[in-house]
Amino acid sequence: MELLERFAAGDLEAFESLFREHQREVYAWVVRIVRDHGIAEDLTVETFWRIYKSRARFDAAGNFRAWARRIATNAALDHLKRARRETELPEGLAGPAAADPAVRGETRERIRRAFFQLPAKYRLVATLALIEEEPYDNIAEAMGISGALVKMRVFRAVRILRKKLSSLVAEVATK
Amino acid sequence: MNDEEDCKETKALLRIAIAPVKDSELRRDLWPQMLRKLDEHPFPVNKVPWFDWALAAILGAALFFFPGTIPALLYHL
Repeated sequence: MELLERFAAGDLEAFESLFREHQREVYAWVVRIVRDHGIAEDLTVETFWRIYKSRARFDAAGNFRAWARRIATNAALDHLKRARRETELPEGLAGPAAADPAVRGETRERIRRAFFQLPAKYRLVATLALIEEEPYDNIAEAMGISGALVKMRVFRAVRILRKKLSSLVAEVATK
Repeated sequence: MNDEEDCKETKALLRIAIAPVKDSELRRDLWPQMLRKLDEHPFPVNKVPWFDWALAAILGAALFFFPGTIPALLYHL
């Protein structure tokens, strides 16, 4: 019996093999959304727990990687919804953001706050599309929605952000 | 100004404050944590939903109070 068939039948060893094969990829996807190592580790485990729980619904002829990524995206989205009003946007994983020394910390904080206040589903697509520069098709596949809907959500997120940061937008536009 | 241009400007603005994740490498094996989670949250085996029990109870009560329906039920089975 193939690995995926054994997994769908509830074989724990097959699940362990799949876990070890895909944990890094799932983690790398989730950490780009939640931007925190510890939370990304917990969500990776949560993702595989959901995968194991719904193994009977998995089509052994299907694409495990795409299925795992979709479940991981849902787990990350659930986390963003829960965490929206509880924690600040973490920045520990990001590289040096603004090279421009003229940009004050207060300005950065204002942008971060506006971004953090986006509704979870907009924040998720905005993080992946605008910050991580992930292609719309990849985001669409991971969320189980169409590319057009991803684009629409990005535009909505942009509109919300522009409304909140209207004065800063004008400054950036003139540079 | 169109949506695409708005997107470009907003992306530039966001990048002032939030940079892409550079280090997305998993540093440890999460399998032990996974096993702990599986131990802590075992999946109920063949759990019967509550409404199935409710239907069975209604059927049982109907048969108890109206035993005359038993032959009719058997006929239709």
